Amino acid sequence: MEITKKMVEKTATKLTAEEILEGKVLSVKWEPKLKYAWDNGPAIGRYLAELKNGKIIAKKCDKCHRIMIPPRMFCELCWVPSGEWVYVKDTGIVNTWIIGHVDWKAKRLDIKGGVRPITLSIIEIDGASKGMGILHHLGEVDPWKIHRGMKVKAVWKPPEERTGSITDIKYFKPVK
Amino acid sequence: MRRVAIVGAGLTKFYRNTQETPKELAYEATKMALDSCEMKLSDIDCVVHGTAPDAFDGVHMKGEYLSDGSGAFRKPYMRHFVGGGTGVLSPAHGWFHVASGMFDTCLVVAEEKMSCAYPHPAGAFITIFDHTTEQALYPTLIYIFAIEMNRFMTTHGYRKEDIALVAVKNKKNAMDHPSAQLPAEITVQDVLNSEIMAWPVNRLDISPTSDGAACIILAAEHVARRVTEKPIWLDGVGWSLDTAYWCTRDLYYPDYLEVAARQAYKMAGIKEPSKEIHIAEPYDPFTYKELHHIEGLMLAPRGKSVQMLVDGHFNRDGNLPTSPSGGLLGVGNPIAAAGLMKVIELYLQLKGTAGKRQVPGNPTCGVANAWGDLMQVGTVVVLRS
Repeated sequence: MEITKKMVEKTATKLTAEEILEGKVLSVKWEPKLKYAWDNGPAIGRYLAELKNGKIIAKKCDKCHRIMIPPRMFCELCWVPSGEWVYVKDTGIVNTWIIGHVDWKAKRLDIKGGVRPITLSIIEIDGASKGMGILHHLGEVDPWKIHRGMKVKAVWKPPEERTGSITDIKYFKPVK
Repeated sequence: MRRVAIVGAGLTKFYRNTQETPKELAYEATKMALDSCEMKLSDIDCVVHGTAPDAFDGVHMKGEYLSDGSGAFRKPYMRHFVGGGTGVLSPAHGWFHVASGMFDTCLVVAEEKMSCAYPHPAGAFITIFDHTTEQALYPTLIYIFAIEMNRFMTTHGYRKEDIALVAVKNKKNAMDHPSAQLPAEITVQDVLNSEIMAWPVNRLDISPTSDGAACIILAAEHVARRVTEKPIWLDGVGWSLDTAYWCTRDLYYPDYLEVAARQAYKMAGIKEPSKEIHIAEPYDPFTYKELHHIEGLMLAPRGKSVQMLVDGHFNRDGNLPTSPSGGLLGVGNPIAAAGLMKVIELYLQLKGTAGKRQVPGNPTCGVANAWGDLMQVGTVVVLRS
């Protein structure tokens, strides 16, 4: 049996967001205000403490010898507890990136009005195993000149402003 | 294990906002599926329901909430959820119930109402990211897909203007789909000139926010042969999950999908997918994603899908029609329902009842896939007539 236009046209009724928001159809609104406190565990806990010191730390798997960042208590590939802590560099290369013209809620940024596009990137950290990337922003660079393999270095917040967060690194900037 | 067939299907219209509630949409699709094979709810032994994050609807225990619309009261009922991969896990989940011998018939329902979360459901996704190492950077889905598209492009040297042909093809195919939300005749230039969302993703590279529902009915062989002259067999199912450390994977290739596809192909006895499969519904929430998935399904060699697209290989009258339905880009993307819509397209095509969308050459074997969670889950089904 074919699914025809006649069959589907009565299954759903088209509305616009305006009709809902302007009250032309009745709706109930609710804004969740949920609160959570997430523990970070021993691996990410140490990672954050080291970021506060201006250092990036990884953890090694003694079986596959990967130097893993973010550090983790077990290697998800070998399925064994991870081994020693290893400091890695605060430099790396751009694996891939975007030039975002909307924010995280899909709201348009005023790019024409001078707002800088969001240049989020995966950065392969020097000293970690090949391909081991972390998510972070790029800065001090023309978004349209970013390229794969570009060498970058962390720009840290001043020590007194660091809180033990991934944002203790403000962004990564290009270096020669 | 017993052979399982699809014997009926139902689908609602897809819109950005529907007046109908999630339950009402589920009811419409389920009723249409039962009517399509002249079955009654009393003929149904069990119900499975696929629906994506509770956060869209703002309803916890959404599976339980939806169950009335899916005809599930006082029946064995389970809800499943693997993000965007849900709609193609749905038939696999139903398959377990019937192939095992425990039930002879199963209603497989998928529903999504994304419009409840406003101003845009994108904001509801912030909590899928790691709360400590990622959320503080305010990522969103469009960004991570753009990040993957860029890796795919820079690895293979693909050009945006070629990838844009997926939007041109799928939106055009959707012109013939009665449920379609965004059917259109557009050009590559229209895609390239559309607003940049997160380069390399422009507005017309993305499927829309949608509301809608879909349903199929599964039956064991002895029931299927009684109900219909042409059962469509669910001959292969596969699913797999890659690591949640997504910044550590090389995003240029969907390993999660190859693992799932190999499982489904093995079960269906398919050795050379590009020769034995006649028609495909690869998951296309973004233009590049259809090509990424064509490669992961092993229907094109790595790095060659774009040239095949440009050569017309994937057109409705090409050697391997892909997304003849119009896909998520054209028909719309009510997450779980969109995945099941793709399976329904294969069902109709293999049955020869796809109407104006019917691909030539009497196809007898098709594959569909979906993808989701943190860019890590692959779900695959193989159908045969």
